[in-house]
This record gives sequence, structure tokens and C-alpha cells, in this order.
Amino acid sequence: MWNTVFPYLLSGISVGGQYALIAIGYTMVYGILRLINFAHGDVFMVAGIIMVYMAASGVPLWLCIPLVLVLTALIGFVIERVAYKPLRSAPRMSAMISAIGVSYTLQNLVLYVTGGLNQIYPTIPWISDSVTIFGATTKMVTVITPILTIVLVVALVALINHTKIGMAMRAVSRDFETSQLMGIKINRVISTTFVIGTFLAGVASVLYFTNYTTVIQTSGAMPGLKAFVAAVFGGIGSIPGAVVGAFIIGIAENIIKGLDIILFKAGIIGGPMGLATFSDAFTFALLIIILAVKPTGLFGEKITDKV
Amino acid sequence: MTEIKRKKLDSATVISIVIVLALYVAVFVAEQFIPATSMLFTVIKKGATYALVAVSMNLLNGFTGIFSLGQAGFMLIGAYVYGIFTIPVISRMDVYQYYNGGLVQFTLPVFVAMLLSGLAAAFLALLIGLPVLRLKSDYLAIATLGFAEIIRALFQWDKLGPITNGSNMLRLFPNFNDFNIRNADGQVVVYLSTLVPLLIAGVCIFVIILLINSTYGRALRAIKDDEIAAEAMGIRLASHKRLAFCISSFFAGVGGAMLAMYQTTVQAKSFTTAMTYEILLIVVIGGIGSVTGSCLSSFLFVACSEWWLRFLDQKQVIGDFEVPLLRNGFRLVVFSIIIMIVVLFFRQGIMGRKELPDLIRQLQGKKVKGGASK
Repeated sequence: MWNTVFPYLLSGISVGGQYALIAIGYTMVYGILRLINFAHGDVFMVAGIIMVYMAASGVPLWLCIPLVLVLTALIGFVIERVAYKPLRSAPRMSAMISAIGVSYTLQNLVLYVTGGLNQIYPTIPWISDSVTIFGATTKMVTVITPILTIVLVVALVALINHTKIGMAMRAVSRDFETSQLMGIKINRVISTTFVIGTFLAGVASVLYFTNYTTVIQTSGAMPGLKAFVAAVFGGIGSIPGAVVGAFIIGIAENIIKGLDIILFKAGIIGGPMGLATFSDAFTFALLIIILAVKPTGLFGEKITDKV
Repeated sequence: MTEIKRKKLDSATVISIVIVLALYVAVFVAEQFIPATSMLFTVIKKGATYALVAVSMNLLNGFTGIFSLGQAGFMLIGAYVYGIFTIPVISRMDVYQYYNGGLVQFTLPVFVAMLLSGLAAAFLALLIGLPVLRLKSDYLAIATLGFAEIIRALFQWDKLGPITNGSNMLRLFPNFNDFNIRNADGQVVVYLSTLVPLLIAGVCIFVIILLINSTYGRALRAIKDDEIAAEAMGIRLASHKRLAFCISSFFAGVGGAMLAMYQTTVQAKSFTTAMTYEILLIVVIGGIGSVTGSCLSSFLFVACSEWWLRFLDQKQVIGDFEVPLLRNGFRLVVFSIIIMIVVLFFRQGIMGRKELPDLIRQLQGKKVKGGASK
């Protein structure tokens, strides 16, 4: 039984870590701007594409990774300045539509550049190596992801709790207008948020695509949506919440992928049920349940609206 | 009361109706003389489908202020219900080849099946609406989007295969070409394959317009402007929202059936969130809160993406000069940039909140009532 479940659990934890890194970007941006940044998943995908092209043009891999991370963060910065900043005083729906527009644009740009073909992600030595733990063979990246995720999250939480810019971020997410009156440079804070968020998405893309090996223009949509669900699940605006939510969703998704085999081996069902079809749908079912039962998520703060 | 009557009879409205009818006649005449393979008809067929779905989305997003992103899910329901009930019995063995001919062994008339498509989508909306409509703006958006994804997975589930054909496509059901009137030899006598979809969409949109201009429509607009104030004025929020959601889904379902006819095949995996985004962008380009705008921008959107911007996807040589950048996919890049410009700088879209009669009144030099105020 354990031998059947363990590989799925392992890849679940790994994917969960990758979702967590993406989810942080969503949750931080939402916390400050109250904007669902629909383009975030596509930025993650673009990071993958940049890596493919950079490696193909002969840049050594050890240089590629930092360059990709910097470029991704830069893209995040530019997107915010071009597509969201002009709409800051507009109704919230406008910014969301703009985010959808950016997502559409990024996907089409990548479609144009790649010709709509699957791109093979470069094999990064060491993290692509196979390892065997507790009898399950997997890639090194599976083991590294959760560790790296935890390290990055701890660093981020420290940044938010103990630095000046972190304090500014907390202030802005609490009250946008007042913090502006207190002399906080809103634009700088928002840009920093985007840079951090997209940087983490860049890290996630290196880990994720090392695991899945191909990138195409739609690769970012599903992980993006799931990461967002994770952020809502954990309580949007809360970083630990997003991480916990992401791990839950990653694990649940992968267990469902293997549910047919697991249940079969446990003797509960007699034949394949095709339950793997629901691995994506389950995430959204979870979302709807949490929204119906506890709309603020696991760790979310309660918000009261005034007339 | 008297004011409403006067409004219905004013010349601008009459002129608008005449213009629309003239367009229908023009399409009918064109169809008889221009070869059926012309891109024009493809654009009109697909445009009519998208117009209906866009208007139905506008009813929610533009008129009621419910930001729903579940349109693709409801279209999927509509398309599948239509496909499942209209595949001729003799073809079922071919279509459901992995499921022994499938469970459904009868065929409904096309229009009955279309109505059923709408009703199925509306019923589902009723169920979904119970938990979802209580949510606030962006949570509602993401929840409806989630539902669309769940529906998509459900329809691909192998165990439902005898009904939905699993992840295989539905095909061989009647499509737009079957509206053409043929003589005994199978030759087309009267071409109707473009006019009929346009008529279906037209009738549905007309119903939506009537709805928007009723007291009920005004209640919806009040909800959009301020929920709490509307409630204080005695508008029952929950039931109005639910009804708007169901009606919008009904027409999205009918639109889905039309899309099935247009594509001639249906497969669940094509009804992605990207489709919803596309329709949302159409609504935005047309102007959130304008039926005329949604219709215009649907046709523009389809014409640009299927026809007018096609040249951007091919190598173009002017004299000795080969235009750079042009290759497969460039059209979509140009297109996205246009959309971003509209979203960022022309937030009103093509029409703002104006309708066709408002435009005519403007031309006549009269004052526009309640035009683009925001």
C-alpha cells in the first residue's frame, strides 16, 4: 500500500512546492492591489521559454539560471508599469481585464516565437539526476523543491517582517490610501512586490519544467490557476497560507492521478474508474467548498465591508 | 408609462430596426449569389455565435455587475446537449464507436435540441448559483471559472462515455449547412446556412434587449450601480441575481449549440478558460454595457482573426522588399496589442454604453439620453 502511494505523495509534495512559489506572487499582489494577476501563470511560462532559448543560443547553464530569474523579475516589473499602473484609479474590474489581456498577449507572443510547438526544456545537471529514496525512484528536483521552497519562504517572511520595505508592504496592504499619506512610496512598494513575485515564479519555472521537460504557450495557464486557488485556499494575502494551500493542492492532485491504481491495489475497486480525469477539477471543487464554507480561507483575515 | 411608449415609437428606434432588417435582407441576397465558400459567410456564422454569447455575458458583467467567467462551461453544456440529442440514430454506432452506440437512441428536432441546450445550461446555472452568487466580485469570477473547469473534466470522464462519448469528439450532427433547402437531387435551391444562424442569434439578442429594457432590466442596472442601495429600494438581490445568471447561461447554452453547428464537431477539451477570456475581451472591446457594441465587436473580432489579419501570417513581398516579422502567429500578436491598447486607453470600448438608436439620435442632432456618462 505504502509503496503504491509514496511515489504519488512524493511528486505531490514536489509540485506543491512549485505551486507554492507561484502562489506567493498571487497572494502578495492581491494583498496589496486587490488584483487577481491572471498573467502571473503566463510569466511563469515565459520564464520557461526564455530558458529554452537562452540555453539553445549557447549560454552556459550555470549562467542561464540567474539570467532567467533576473529577466523574469524584469518582465514582472514592466508588466506592472505598463498594464496595471495606468489603471490604478480605475474600477477594479478594469485592472482584472487588463490582466487577462496581458495573459492573452504573452501567450500569443510565445505562440509566435515558438511557432506553437512544444519546446524541450534543457536538462540541468544534478537536479535532473535520478535518485532513489525509500524505494521510489525520482528526479533530484523532487527532493530539492520542498526544501528550496521552505528556505525561500522563510527568507521572504523575514524580509517582510524585519526590513523597511517589508514594513511598507504590510502597511500598504493594510490601508492603501493612509500609507500613501504617511509618505510611503506606493509605486516602489508595488514594483518590489511584483519583482519578488515574478522572481519566485521564475524559480518555480526552473523546478517545474525540469520535471515536466516541455514548454508550450499554454503551459502556464493551469499551474497559474492552481496556484491562485492555493492562495485563496490558504487565505489570500497570507504567505504561510498560500504555501500550506499549495502543498495540500499539489498532494491532492497527484494522489487523485494515482487513485485508480491505489484503490485497485487496496481492493476497493475492481477496475479502472478513470478518476485521473478529475485531478484538475478536484482543485476547483476544493476552491468552491472553501469559498462556501470559509470565504476568507484557512489563514485569511476577516474583512468587513462598510457601506 | 407614456414616456416608455413614446420611446418605443421614436424615429431613431424605427431607423435602427430598419437597418438591422436591411442587413438581414442583404445577407440573404448575398448568400444566393456569392459562392458559399467565401470567408464572408464563415465570419457571419461564427460572428453571430460569438455575438450571442458576448451579449449573454454582457447581461451579467455589463448590466448586472456579476463578474462571471463561466461562459465556456455553459457553452460546453449547450454544445454537448445539442450534439447528444441530434446525432441521427444511424450514425450513432460510428460516433460512439467505443461505447457500443451510446445510451441515447433517439433524435430530437434541431430547434427542440437547441432549446434543451439552453435549458440544460440554465438549470446548471441555477445549481451553481446557489453557492457562487453569494461571493464577491473576484471570488465569484474565480469560482465560476472553477466550475467551468469541473464541467469540462466531468464531460471527459470515461464512465460517462455512453452519453458524452468520453474524451472523443461528437460529430455527424446537423450543422448550419443542413439549413439549406435542397431539391430532390440534393442540389441547393435556396441558401439559408448563413441566414438561419444569424436569425437565431438575432431573435435571442432581441429577447435580451426586451429584458434589459423592462422593469426587471432596470432592477439589474440598479444592482450593478450599488447593491446595497438597490436592496434598500426593495429589489430582492438574491432572486434577481439568480435569474440574471440563469438567463445569461440559457443564451450561452444556445450559443454553445450554435458553436457546435459551426464547428461541426464538439470536444470538451476545446472549451477552455481561454475561450471565456476571448469572449470577455470581445465584450470589453465593444463596450461593457452595450448590446450593440458586443455585436459589432464580435463580428469585428471574428473578421479580424479569421479573415482581415490573415495576411500577417504569411510572407508578404512588396516589390523586392520582404516585409519582416510576418510569419505564422504574427496576426495574434498584432491582435493582442490592439486589445491591450483598447483595454488601457479606450476603456469605453467601441460604443461605451450607447446603443444603435442613441447613435442615430446623435446624428439627428437630438440630445442623447443616458449616454456614456462614466
